[in-house]
Amino acid sequence: MISKFVASPEAALADIRDGATILIHGFGNAGMPAELIDALIAQGARELTIVNNNAGNADTGLAALIGAKRVRKILCSFPRQADSWHFDRLYRAGEIELELVPQGTLAERIRAAGAGIGAFFTPTAYGTKLAEGKETRRIGERDYVLEYPIHADYALIKADRADRWGNLTYRKTARNFGPIMAMAAKCTVVQVRETVELGEIDPEHVVTPGIFVHRIVRVPASLKKAA
Amino acid sequence: MKKLDRKQLAARVARDIPEGAYVNLGIGLPTLVADFLPKGREIILHSENGVLGIGPKPAPGEEDEDLINAGKEPVTLLTGGAYFHHADSFGMIRGRHLDFAVLGAFQVSASGDLANWHTGAADAIPAVGGAMDLAVGAKKVLVMMEHLTKNGESKIVERCTYPLTGAHCVDRIYTDLAVIDVMPDGLHVVDIVDGLDFQELQRLTGVPLKKPLIAA
Repeated sequence: MISKFVASPEAALADIRDGATILIHGFGNAGMPAELIDALIAQGARELTIVNNNAGNADTGLAALIGAKRVRKILCSFPRQADSWHFDRLYRAGEIELELVPQGTLAERIRAAGAGIGAFFTPTAYGTKLAEGKETRRIGERDYVLEYPIHADYALIKADRADRWGNLTYRKTARNFGPIMAMAAKCTVVQVRETVELGEIDPEHVVTPGIFVHRIVRVPASLKKAA
Repeated sequence: MKKLDRKQLAARVARDIPEGAYVNLGIGLPTLVADFLPKGREIILHSENGVLGIGPKPAPGEEDEDLINAGKEPVTLLTGGAYFHHADSFGMIRGRHLDFAVLGAFQVSASGDLANWHTGAADAIPAVGGAMDLAVGAKKVLVMMEHLTKNGESKIVERCTYPLTGAHCVDRIYTDLAVIDVMPDGLHVVDIVDGLDFQELQRLTGVPLKKPLIAA
């Protein structure tokens, strides 16, 4: 019998090694898997490459992972925020590498990895600093920049509900990068508010089909830390 | 002259958004446009983080941390709204499905180049978000900004000195002094605020302007 349920965040992340590439879901705090990130900090893996839209907010979640100096490199579209002080400090000290990627290109590079695409041409960033050194091509009337997929060892995702096959639903704009990150990693670990029996999620409503999901941990909302 | 304040500028932009339009409002000043969309027009607001049909701000205490806009502010969803993931959201943008993007700017060039993501300062931490996707993807890119910098220099320039967000992408510029269309043959003034004439607007602006067909 298939069951992707795992007892704890710690158990779900035990095999992450130093130097791993990890996709971390979330747009700001919406969808950020805070309990999984706490477990990753406790687990101790270092020299990580992290992919997220941002570079952490305030002192929890991704910001705490960065603050703990576990991240060698981050790929993101919008690191600089009013409360991104952990990233700002390490970036200015030259202790973290930044690959700045336009948000839509970030999403498409992740999607491409999950979909088996070798590379793609996008019009975004053509003629800007962020396309410097990249291959370009004129196709029809437009100019495009060649971009490559972002493959990852792990994806850490927060979803709303899961069944034991790993079918997922999300909640509102906390969906954001979840469905594409789930596709793009060798091992996708999901924390959910609620686990349900097979069949309780209407097949018409499954957002991420279980084929993309490997490990599920239930984190009831009542255990959530105050933001 | 009667410079438009932020709200008046937002109202001026809002006036030009037609019934049925799909619109992305950038972070900051453009977000204000939502408050001035004419009542009775159905206009569907998009946000990069995966939502169509953004409604008004939630009442205090009604905020939901899972329902935010690209500026990470709490929002509400209109009846008929939809959620979707990031790749679909940027497919809407890049795939030319959005009718309008309204963006802020540091500079716009006479040929419609846009600079709005980076000052180029050596110690600045760069952040781009969805700006470059919106600049190339929306059917019409509307810029709203103050006409002049704090030092009185024109933000409409021959060539942008700040790093570009997109080349030849701006269709129309709304400032606190004028509305200007970016056309293949140059910058056409659409209208000017009360108390400012074309000659004075031209003197303040860094590049040649063409007169409106009908005196403003």
